[in-house]
Amino acid sequence: MGTLTHNIQAIPLNHYILLCSIIFSIGVIGVLIRRNAIVIFMSVELMLNSVNLLLAAFSVYRGDATGQVFVFFIMALAAAEVAVGLAIIVMIYRNTNSIDINVLNRLKW
Amino acid sequence: MPQLFLRGKGILQISTMSTFYFIAFLSIFFSILVITAKNPVHSILYLILTFFTFTIHYILMNAQFLAIVNFIVYMGAILVLFLYTLMLINLNKDSEPRKSNLVKIAGFVGGGCFLITVVAALKAFGASPVVVLNNPNLGLVKNLGKILFNEYLLPFEVSSILLLSAMVGAVLLATKDKKLPDGNLNA
Repeated sequence: MGTLTHNIQAIPLNHYILLCSIIFSIGVIGVLIRRNAIVIFMSVELMLNSVNLLLAAFSVYRGDATGQVFVFFIMALAAAEVAVGLAIIVMIYRNTNSIDINVLNRLKW
Repeated sequence: MPQLFLRGKGILQISTMSTFYFIAFLSIFFSILVITAKNPVHSILYLILTFFTFTIHYILMNAQFLAIVNFIVYMGAILVLFLYTLMLINLNKDSEPRKSNLVKIAGFVGGGCFLITVVAALKAFGASPVVVLNNPNLGLVKNLGKILFNEYLLPFEVSSILLLSAMVGAVLLATKDKKLPDGNLNA
């Protein structure tokens, strides 16, 4: 166990930052190019998760477990956010019979 | 120190490093599939695979608590909730209308600008230090529980209130609006 965990970590910190920012920008692109509300929601989840991974990586890098506690809080927050967000999507679908976000442009003006 | 570390462990080092790069490739590949899949159900299935690769990343960092929580909460609860909502909403009648190409290009440029900024900032850093796990039981449940219940007890309790209010809000939003006798909507 000890030898395994000591062997595992030899990845430069830059590569973690690069991986997480690539996945974060994929999430941003997904929010911008899709019109299905559920897929947009899933892109937001992707962004949240990439930030979680980066927090955990920095926590291991600094040897400080506080980062992992924060990831735990973010996960609790994401669970609450998903519950409320999906309820809103269901309500929108019931009122407009569509989950295309372009029907929701009434708040634009 | 990192160079010594690298030289000391030979083949095992290389194999675990290539594991990281392989899993990182899979993460990026599946997350691209999430946003490009036409069918939302496929998109959710790819998202499950992406989160599974994230769980493997946590295991590689020996963050065992986070790996288990990611597995149970994200793959077990949140994505099942997504699938359930998608089944509830009948999407079979017509596929979503596509956005125009101009909007898509603008979206790619917007996301790419962020990525280019981060990559340029990383270039400015130069050579980066290596992520080394000095304390092997950093991410274990025992260690995290001690910190959570000693220093972060109040946020922990407040998050329970958050979950309760989210549950009440979700139930309130998702219930059907009842019509009052005078015709007004009872929200």
